[in-house]
Amino acid sequence: MSARLHLARLTGAASLQDGGRRGYLRFGLSASGPMDPLAFAAANHLVGNPADAAALELGLAGASLRVEGGAVRLALAGAPSGLRLDGEPLAAHRSFVLREGSELTVERPREGVFAYLAAAGGFPVGSVMGSRALHQRAALGGLEGRACREGDRLPLAAPASYEADHSLDPIPLERAAPIRVVLGPQDDLFSQAGLATFLAETFTVSNRADRMGYQLDGPAIAHGAGGFNIVSDATVAGSVQVPGSGRPIVLLADRQTTGGYPKIATVISADLRRIAQRRPGEPVRFASVDLAAATRLAREAAARIAALNTRLRPVGGEAERLMAANLAGAAVDALRAED
Amino acid sequence: MTHDAPRLLPCGDTAFTIEFGSGIDARLSARVLALDAALAERALPGVLETVPTYRSLTVHLDPLRADPVELGRAVLALAGEPLPAVPTPRLWRIPVVYGGAFGIDLDAVAAHHGLTPEAVIARHSAPEYRVAMIGFLPGYAYLEGLDPGLALSRRPSPRPVTPAGTVSIGGAQALVASIAAPSGWHLLGRTPEKTFVPARDPVFLLRPGDRVRFVPTPAERWDALAAAAEAGEPVAELCEG
Repeated sequence: MSARLHLARLTGAASLQDGGRRGYLRFGLSASGPMDPLAFAAANHLVGNPADAAALELGLAGASLRVEGGAVRLALAGAPSGLRLDGEPLAAHRSFVLREGSELTVERPREGVFAYLAAAGGFPVGSVMGSRALHQRAALGGLEGRACREGDRLPLAAPASYEADHSLDPIPLERAAPIRVVLGPQDDLFSQAGLATFLAETFTVSNRADRMGYQLDGPAIAHGAGGFNIVSDATVAGSVQVPGSGRPIVLLADRQTTGGYPKIATVISADLRRIAQRRPGEPVRFASVDLAAATRLAREAAARIAALNTRLRPVGGEAERLMAANLAGAAVDALRAED
Repeated sequence: MTHDAPRLLPCGDTAFTIEFGSGIDARLSARVLALDAALAERALPGVLETVPTYRSLTVHLDPLRADPVELGRAVLALAGEPLPAVPTPRLWRIPVVYGGAFGIDLDAVAAHHGLTPEAVIARHSAPEYRVAMIGFLPGYAYLEGLDPGLALSRRPSPRPVTPAGTVSIGGAQALVASIAAPSGWHLLGRTPEKTFVPARDPVFLLRPGDRVRFVPTPAERWDALAAAAEAGEPVAELCEG
């Protein structure tokens, strides 16, 4: 029997996600997939996986993990989270081997929301409709159609190509700058005052934030004279819909595919990861860009993901492991004393 | 209401919508489905998926392979051409058990319209509907063709859970729900048919453009039909042609 990864302790949200389930939007099924595609791809590259292999997405989660029946190369990328291997600090954004009898601890992230734990060879759960990504509302993919729970044992594959550990520069969350949007498709259903509120005011991520979408608190966005009901049309990832309350909802990976509220704007694809990494209580401002700029930024974001492979650096040796831990902020006075 | 000319609405850098109108009617839906078919035939580079709705077609694209501005203009031009109507040979006869525990709002809908529950059932099962849109949740089939005399705005507050197979109305729309979910619509009945089964081929029973008729079915038949559906047997009847 192949090895398994035991989620001995888990607080917060966790699900298996791969590149997503494509081709079913016309049947009402959104793609799912990672909330932060850049961090997800980084975690996979670090363990030598294809960029879209299934990985464990942790959402404001802390966990303790053990491996059973073998050893596995792992890497964590995304929201900065303290990592410990048998109590010793370990850097994120580098791969390492978890051996039977050892315990890996992932702390709740210090900032941001989503971190990705990739395992060499991926997690070979059953593929449903072409994907292993969990879509929770549809009970598809993931671990038998559900999110991960404490006590789960995730199947592991045969080790992948890398025989050494690698590191990457941490990926910034870029949480300070405004979230860029393209106005439309229904910006004409809002008053001038409503549009000004949307683009000038600061909103806050509310507690109603999950993989389907983030509802924002803040000043109400005024609709135009036509009211706030439209005959339902399609949504996209990043649609900013504004229901009667005037409180915007940004639709994300597991969104409903159609909706009857007007959509004032669409978050550009390059910034979906940036809004996804903002946790409840954090501020959000929006800035409008034109479609040409949004397209250029989408291409830059894709190039950034494609270039991850070329930025990998091999790491090895115990001293380097501790140095890497130092970069993550752990104390290394002991190491200096030995120099 | 139909616009004089279709409109191109931006949906960020990965999609755009071609909007034919703002309402619900058979002509609008036919134009949407005609554009959907014409696009499928042309297989333009960069088009990933299309989503037909009551009144619009949303085109999802890969911004690495197509420029959204140029692609949008090309599809808008196509939408303005006289496109051939799409044949709709598939007709589903879907069994529905109305009222009682299966359709808890039937009596209230009847009372609101000053009709008997039997008259509501007769009016709801009389038309031939068309699947104009599948959306919101996987397999939720939104139908065009509801008797205007049954139209009724949504409930003031949604119910947290409505069962799989729910057959309901909201405004001028009629719906066959596939999975359990919250809903603010009026529940008239339920079908034992499973319209969304991930392990089945096809996964989704209904397609945009399909025709649908509801067949009033006695509550006594529910258990047998539900058992058959559970065993993977079709309980809706497909008539081609």
